[in-house]
Amino acid sequence: MSVLLDVQELQTRFQVRKGYVYAVNGVSFKLEEGETLAVVGESGCGKSVTMLSLVRLLPPAASIENGKVLLRGDDLLQIDQRQLRDVRGGQIGMIFQDPMTSLNPFINIGTQMSEPLIYHRGMSKKEALARSAELLEMVGIPDGEARLREYPHQFSGGMRQRVMIAMSMSCEPAVLIADEPTTALDVTIQAQIVELVKELRDRSGVAVIWITHDLSVVAGIADRVIVMYAGYIVEEAPVDALFEDPRHPYTVGLMGALPSLEGETGTRLTTIGGSPPDLEDLPDFCPFHTRCPYSIDRCRTENPMLEPVADASDRGHRAACWVDIREVEVQSNGAGASS
Amino acid sequence: MSQSVNGNSEPLVRVENLTKHFSVRIGAYGETKATVHALDDVSFDVQRGETLGLVGESGCGKSTAGLTLLQLHRPTSGKVFFDETEVTGLPDKEMRPLRRRMQIIFQDPYSTLSPRMTIGNAIGEPLWLHELASGQEVQERIAELLDDVGLNPAFAFRYPHEFSGGQRQRVCIARALACEPEFIVCDEPISALDVSIQAQIINLLQDLQEEYHLTYLFIAHDLAVVRHISDRVAVMYLGRVVEMAPKEKLFDNPLHPYTNALLLSVPVPNPRQERQRQHTVIQGNVPSAISPPSGCRFHPRCPLAFEPCDHEVPEWREVESGHWVACHAV
Repeated sequence: MSVLLDVQELQTRFQVRKGYVYAVNGVSFKLEEGETLAVVGESGCGKSVTMLSLVRLLPPAASIENGKVLLRGDDLLQIDQRQLRDVRGGQIGMIFQDPMTSLNPFINIGTQMSEPLIYHRGMSKKEALARSAELLEMVGIPDGEARLREYPHQFSGGMRQRVMIAMSMSCEPAVLIADEPTTALDVTIQAQIVELVKELRDRSGVAVIWITHDLSVVAGIADRVIVMYAGYIVEEAPVDALFEDPRHPYTVGLMGALPSLEGETGTRLTTIGGSPPDLEDLPDFCPFHTRCPYSIDRCRTENPMLEPVADASDRGHRAACWVDIREVEVQSNGAGASS
Repeated sequence: MSQSVNGNSEPLVRVENLTKHFSVRIGAYGETKATVHALDDVSFDVQRGETLGLVGESGCGKSTAGLTLLQLHRPTSGKVFFDETEVTGLPDKEMRPLRRRMQIIFQDPYSTLSPRMTIGNAIGEPLWLHELASGQEVQERIAELLDDVGLNPAFAFRYPHEFSGGQRQRVCIARALACEPEFIVCDEPISALDVSIQAQIINLLQDLQEEYHLTYLFIAHDLAVVRHISDRVAVMYLGRVVEMAPKEKLFDNPLHPYTNALLLSVPVPNPRQERQRQHTVIQGNVPSAISPPSGCRFHPRCPLAFEPCDHEVPEWREVESGHWVACHAV
């Protein structure tokens, strides 16, 4: 498979009153054709800002300080607004978390759905509406033609997310970026949406970047996973390797913190003590060391690079940690209050 | 974890046929009156020292159940007993001493703390209101409570905006504990928090339960969390409880088709297992509580629906010891 999207050393920061919030700090990753890449992390870890940086959909306070975003060789950070408009929605489709706010409440679904088809595909209004009706049926909304005349408030949350998916897939993009698309939905609806995206992906061969904080969802949909913390990628691995052999203490901590639907229940959850660091005042050594049960002296002086892990089952398994956690016994689980 | 679920201990909280309807106005100009059937004919009890989990999707009435049980909503009909005293219809003055014994922790720790009140004052207010401490004792008690929930007692003079979400939730827990309650309704206390912080709060709630012999009604939509923390679990769908059982029974042998569908919808954090899993997802959406389906409310989405389901409300019955279900097909 060939590389579709190649992100190199991306750095994004926000200007605030007292200085800068360093949201993305040198993130590099590749996305191959037809692949599903999951990006996992807690709120404020930079996962959404990274993806918004790719298509330069950032608020005015943000600036991309460094890096390259190569989509089939073209650097999206260098092209002009006109070319960028062809990329957004044309080659890169996006779905956001909250389907309520990403649809315009004053415009009916048909008009909103046909807009990208008219702009990117040069269809006439009539053609675009006919295609939109087909797309609605494709994402499981029956009676598409009639529903095109309806407004967003007439759709439920799950249905609105289906509309968003239909819209983002309408121009047959090469990449679909889904930013927490199921977080606002109930679990039965979440299952429906995940199944729908998998089905569309398998049919169209679109590459998917799935941003989420929920490791369980990742297990079902991803080929590869990136774990982010404080604006850095701390671990990257094929999905099986990540779940069976996590190497970064943060990944290990996240997995231990998940209650399970099977097995023993009397056990205590392992926790990651403390809270994430202040992104305005990041240390120039490992940002996780204050919460890390494995930390050594080196963690307080140097920031580890993302490097291949020892004895990996897959060459693509990389982690940013000075310690080989398999060799260390941990006394406490890093449990403790945040005081 | 508590082991008091032996069937013969007396319940601390008993809910009988609790119903709560809200009158609303719908239509573009509010010209039509309608009734939201938020809670219909719900009966369950909570044993002393146990955690009863209450799960369901948004809009199923689980929060309304918690609030109505505490008399924060007046029920439309039905009864609630707390420690053998009927609290439904009790005048405010008689309710107040009981309120001290039954507390609540809400989902959003941002909107439940006054931004203009130091957290010490927020925690101290119930002490003063219920005359549980006076003078110097108040400050000592606040320090003790902060320490209990894992916060530095010196934080008492700080304001909520200085704290993270997880820390604020700790403050809310301390405030609930201030009254020395026996029963706490935890209304989605961890849904607004990140995974690593969720685990801290779950562990804290379990430690406090052990230390102070608390009884919890734990409302959540996350089945894995509910399985972890509860002794028994009740599943709600569109205003009705459809199944209730000790958690092992409910998760290993779910009887109601909705419980089953819910369990199949939850992704498991194991890629190999996920690939082999049967992904028959439940179709359609939860219908509106303004005009709930007749008969069994789940029948339009139910794979097992047959003749009586669309007109006859299934009976709430105990199919084996401690395992209750409302379904015609079971």
